Amino acid sequence: MSRKTDEKIIELGLFFAAISSIVIIIVIIAFIFREGLPAITSVGFFNFTFGLIWNPENGVYGVLPMIVGTFGITALALLMAVPLSVFCAIFLAEVAPNSMRRILKPTLQGLAGIPSVIYGFVGLVILVPFMRNTFGGVGFSMLTASLILTIMILPTITAISEDALRSIPLEYKEASLALGATKWQTIKNVIFPAALPGVVTAIILGMGRAVGETMAVIMVAGNVAVIPNSILDPVRALTSNIALEMGYATGLHYNALFATGIILFLVIMILLLIANYVQIKSKIEIGGGNL
Amino acid sequence: MNRIIPPKYSQSIMNVIFWAAGIFTVLILLFIIGYVLINGLPVFSPEFLLGSPINAGAQGGIFPMIVSTFYVTFVALILAVPLGVLSAIYLAEYSGQNRIVRAIRFGAQTLASIPSIVFGLFGLAFFVTFLHLGFCVLSGGLTLALMAIPTILATSEISMISVPSSFREGSLAIGATKWQTVYKVVLPAALPGIITGIILGMARAIEETAAILYTVGAAIQIPVSVFDPARPLPLHLYYLATEGISLPNAYGTAAVLIILILVITLVTNYLVDRYIKKMTGS
Repeated sequence: MSRKTDEKIIELGLFFAAISSIVIIIVIIAFIFREGLPAITSVGFFNFTFGLIWNPENGVYGVLPMIVGTFGITALALLMAVPLSVFCAIFLAEVAPNSMRRILKPTLQGLAGIPSVIYGFVGLVILVPFMRNTFGGVGFSMLTASLILTIMILPTITAISEDALRSIPLEYKEASLALGATKWQTIKNVIFPAALPGVVTAIILGMGRAVGETMAVIMVAGNVAVIPNSILDPVRALTSNIALEMGYATGLHYNALFATGIILFLVIMILLLIANYVQIKSKIEIGGGNL
Repeated sequence: MNRIIPPKYSQSIMNVIFWAAGIFTVLILLFIIGYVLINGLPVFSPEFLLGSPINAGAQGGIFPMIVSTFYVTFVALILAVPLGVLSAIYLAEYSGQNRIVRAIRFGAQTLASIPSIVFGLFGLAFFVTFLHLGFCVLSGGLTLALMAIPTILATSEISMISVPSSFREGSLAIGATKWQTVYKVVLPAALPGIITGIILGMARAIEETAAILYTVGAAIQIPVSVFDPARPLPLHLYYLATEGISLPNAYGTAAVLIILILVITLVTNYLVDRYIKKMTGS
């Protein structure tokens, strides 16, 4: 064989390796839908998605309480995580001296690396008793879960926001400082507005991580499949619903759990598309843009 | 705010807030690691680290879980490393900017974004049930491989792209083919970055729980064949903690897990540091 054919064969081989990601995604979608669609067609999409009652023993499958649970936990977590992460990101990009940056960067890496089951465990042994003693009730609640998630999505939002803040051309900053603005005025009026699309992307990706988290949430949220009245009530997330019941589910119940997976998948895809849209629209390049 | 508070003061106030956010973050990490280690390290003993669990883990050790963790991770890497690295080579060295490349990137991004429990569902439906592999090391490992591919791909691609183009030009100029250039010049230069990617993928496989919950089984024996069920450390910790089996052993298991992840993170950082120093020549 000539060198040219060899080269062609190698390139073709690499191409097939590269499209494996697409193939895997297609097979995953196919199998999740194959197992989940029977439940959605049998219960009805509307009844399944907006049904108030989840009672597999009697064949009643409505996932609205879990949707409310997931978005309640996520919204609360974002409420706490966004200010903290954005301040951290500005601190890292604009304020912190090098010595502090050398501590904070590995810290964020460490927080991102801690297994979610450890977050859940620490939440279970520290936060749940603390919430029980402070607010009464069982301690397992939407608020408890969102506190844990706040810490878990902090590294995601901070890292991507910092990239966005750093990608702002130096001239913007210099022009503002040359006009006599203070550092904070420059951050507030020039750097932050310019980096806003990147920060929004970071928040959406952090949101995706919160929606998809399973173990930490399952261990502290209480997992009651009822729409909560307050943030101190126990809730069940979409992810937890699957993980809790898959061990013993059969028949339509099994399909309904896959259908819960479909809902989860759709939510994540919508978030991912929004994040990509914001990124393309604002023509910013930031690294590591995954949920 | 500007009108009421003079800029000089608002500057000072904001500085305090920025520093507080940064220090608070550091304290959270120290607290979590410290708490787990302080409660977990006293549990460490030869029987705990090298023994088998007795009464579902209430007594005894976690040796089978340590073996399971490495076994499942190893199986995952056997599939994920070639696929991840070869994809990265294609994206970094061969592809231009066309529709297929954009689709591949979006595929990898989607793969990285899918919640781990959905991977778990897929593993259950595909590997365990459809391929009749059952609950075993192989099913769990293959599920984890799918999750590790995007991590390995992204890190390897970045490290290959950052190899200066003068390297490639030099090689091509002396008559090497494209593949010879990639294999003999680009890959060695990018190797530390690729190894970092592999270690990060490994960390993702070690810490994952939801994806193996319904694929790997839960047996507490040491798995021998890839068709044996297993119980990796995160899964064991989950059972110990949520079923109230043994709090001290849960702390001990958590400590082993956190030490594993810390060692991996430190090794990665060391490699990255050395790599950056080498590339910038300082």
